[in-house]
Amino acid sequence: MVSEVQNNPTAILRVERLSMKFGGLIAINDLNFEARRGAITALIGPNGAGKTTVFNCITGFYKPTEGMLTMTRQNGEEYLLERMADFVITKKAKVARTFQNIRLFSGLTVLENLLVAQHNPLMLSSGFTILGLLGLPTYKKAASDAIEKARFWLDKINLVERADDPAGDLPYGAQRRLEIARAMCTDPELLCLDEPAAGLNARESAELNKLLLDIRDETGTSILLIEHDMSVVMEISDHVVVLEYGTKISDGTPETVKNDPKVIAAYLGVEDEEVVELIEQAEAAGVDDITAAVDLLSTEALHEIEEAHPDMAPATLIPSAPAKVRRARATAAKKPVVKSVTDKTAAKPAAASTVKSKPINPAAKSLVAIKPGATANALAEPRGGKADKLIIIKGIGPVNERKLNEHGIFHFDQIAAWKKADIIAAEAYLAFDGRIAREDWIGQAKKLAKQSQVTPAPKKTRGAK
Amino acid sequence: MADVQKIEPDSVFAKAVKEGLLAGALAFGLFFLIVGFRTDQNIRNELVLNQRWGLLAIFVLVAGIGRFLLTAYITPWSEARSKNKRAAVEKEQSAFRKSFPKIGLGLLLIYPFLVILILWAYNGSIMGGLQGSLKYVDNFGIQILIYVMLAWGLNIVVGLAGLLDLGYVAFYAVGAYSYALLSTHFGLSFWLLLPMAGIFAALWGIMLGFPVLRLRGDYLAIVTLAFGEIIRLVLINWTVVTKGTFGISGIAKATLFGIPFTPGPTGFAALLGLPNSGVYYKIFLYYLILLLALLTAWVTIRLRRMPIGRAWEALREDEIACRSLGINTTTTKLTAFATGAMFGGFAGSFFAARQGFVSPESFVFLESAIILAIVVLGGMGSLVGIAIAAAVMIGGTELLRELEFLKRIFGPDFTPELYRMLLFGLAMIVVMVWKPRGFVGNREPSAFLHKRKMVSSEFTKEGHG
Repeated sequence: MVSEVQNNPTAILRVERLSMKFGGLIAINDLNFEARRGAITALIGPNGAGKTTVFNCITGFYKPTEGMLTMTRQNGEEYLLERMADFVITKKAKVARTFQNIRLFSGLTVLENLLVAQHNPLMLSSGFTILGLLGLPTYKKAASDAIEKARFWLDKINLVERADDPAGDLPYGAQRRLEIARAMCTDPELLCLDEPAAGLNARESAELNKLLLDIRDETGTSILLIEHDMSVVMEISDHVVVLEYGTKISDGTPETVKNDPKVIAAYLGVEDEEVVELIEQAEAAGVDDITAAVDLLSTEALHEIEEAHPDMAPATLIPSAPAKVRRARATAAKKPVVKSVTDKTAAKPAAASTVKSKPINPAAKSLVAIKPGATANALAEPRGGKADKLIIIKGIGPVNERKLNEHGIFHFDQIAAWKKADIIAAEAYLAFDGRIAREDWIGQAKKLAKQSQVTPAPKKTRGAK
Repeated sequence: MADVQKIEPDSVFAKAVKEGLLAGALAFGLFFLIVGFRTDQNIRNELVLNQRWGLLAIFVLVAGIGRFLLTAYITPWSEARSKNKRAAVEKEQSAFRKSFPKIGLGLLLIYPFLVILILWAYNGSIMGGLQGSLKYVDNFGIQILIYVMLAWGLNIVVGLAGLLDLGYVAFYAVGAYSYALLSTHFGLSFWLLLPMAGIFAALWGIMLGFPVLRLRGDYLAIVTLAFGEIIRLVLINWTVVTKGTFGISGIAKATLFGIPFTPGPTGFAALLGLPNSGVYYKIFLYYLILLLALLTAWVTIRLRRMPIGRAWEALREDEIACRSLGINTTTTKLTAFATGAMFGGFAGSFFAARQGFVSPESFVFLESAIILAIVVLGGMGSLVGIAIAAAVMIGGTELLRELEFLKRIFGPDFTPELYRMLLFGLAMIVVMVWKPRGFVGNREPSAFLHKRKMVSSEFTKEGHG
């Protein structure tokens, strides 16, 4: 899976190791996913999962604390979005967005809203206003073309009749559609929609689905959307990424995700330990079908949920087709998410450090058996109880250090001794392939290992966690 | 309903009489000691008590009858009117309103000659007409048009881009001093210095723009206010260049194609064989400022249909949405500041040429406040409304000097000019209650698909700085 990320020509947006911290709050923690070109990718998750923060990072409204956001345009140009200003992202990288709370220019007419979106091409054709001010024909042509383009989109969203009314005068659903049309007028290659179906009734929501599919099929624009409305997500998205507390907990087709016990647990709000417990129970009872466990869990959790969140409809989340789940599980077997669920020791993944303090047993943590997929020279615990500071190696950040520790790598000499197979294994769980060789971790580690031999007590302020 | 209406007139009348009497009694109680008696010193330096029963009676009658009329006629009339208004939703604009700008422009074009003709007929001699028109062309015509131009210039910054600028007079000062200094030291002509003054002011606009771009709302207002004061204080204290509070006098007058407006044989009057009079220069200045003001209006109208103008208005509506559409808000704000400042600079150089004398006293904060008040009163963004507001505000204060009959009511010591600020404030409060969005609150869209409909003021925003 990891090796696909790097050389996948179909990926329009690659989000790699994205982290966003606001002071002590970790909104996004080491997030990796990709959006495929010409596909609709949905980003879902419970409230406060960091979905909008991801959007704000992609569109440049926030500067991520860590990570890489690579946008590959149709013509092959690559842009690193985390380094660009918000308006440049729309202008050059062709990423457009809408907002959770509609941000239309309410005092401008519907048509004007769509013309403002064509600011940059019009600015060029008007010779940065100077030629346009003199009334040159090139600008007149461009202006009428812009109006035609606006008319095309108005036709698509059924608002031609209301083109000359102020945008603030439109009903809510029409405002949502207009905001999408406005974003489309910037000629984006990736359209980011923040809860486009929020506040829409069933009919409007169906219209929206049609519009989004139209956009995907006719203009070839890839869509990344945040949505709570599961009917929209399941119906139109080709790919779903699930976030919880800033961490990705599932990633795959709508079917896979719908039946992922982690996702169900996240949406129903149960503790991970319970999931594991229930799976264990199910297995002990001789039921090797995970969905049975999930059903068991769901029914149990539903009682709690009904009290806590009467507005949620967990029915959509409860798996309905066990056969599909089994298949999905088989395909997703490589994924660490599923692994950690099936792993009976249930080491908490990265989410442990996030906002919500979930019960973690520190004793259990230290006894963790080395995770599957670890390198050959993994250790159960650091020699002499003290680990080397792996972050000294260029390219290893705190997140990677923790991951390496989890996989039994604590010392420079361990990394120095890595063979090719080990590198592949390490890269698999670091989800960052090619980097170990590129940044010469082994070379760095060898030097550092030598140093630490010469000076037996290097300044170590931090041990393994 | 019909019964209620039948009863209403009587009850309203009775109520009005009652309220009128009450208001009269209240006014009597309030003004009895304040207005009814007055202490004066007589010739022997003794304190004597004057009784002013007549004046007190006027006060009481005004209060009583005013209240009566208000309750009996004005309130029912305005209520009925607003009811009718609600009934007739889409009423066509009256022919007068539609062609108002054209009629106004026509009147402005013939105004000096109209004044001369009327006064000629009134005085019976052409010289009387010419000399008498001086006051009307200069004090009313030129003075009002300077403020129209300044307000139209500020309108770009405040009305279109929504950036609250309390230091606009600084650009006016930069323009005036540019002309004054460059013409006295280097002898450059008005026609060369007019564009230069505009360019200098625009540069200062950009210089002010850079530091304040991050600020919004109140903070922006305070910084621009400070900027205006800094410019004034520099003008006062940099005595080597600006001669401080003495100001710069003897500034060269403007010429018409090299023909000076001097009484000598090479002067304008002598060349055309006209009787000698100072009024030609004033008429020339009148048309000059009219031309400059119309240039401002023309540029504003053209810019509004350009992408930059739409971006300004979009910026006023929602800055974040602007950025999401790929609009560089930094340069957009800077162009607004620079364009507004440029027109301020033009007006400043005209002011210097007209007065022949500039001193820092002409550029106090009150001027900024008056210009801003004109923009707000006229309706932000509306050229016609602002022109009307300038005529009312500036013409009104000038008119107060003419109201000699007030002396007959309030005694010979009454100087109406002293009360102009009071009346100014009162007028503003009345207008703001009556029309919260200014005289012309509706916004004209810059483009339309089917029909140009005015955008109601309830949808437009004032901007957040």
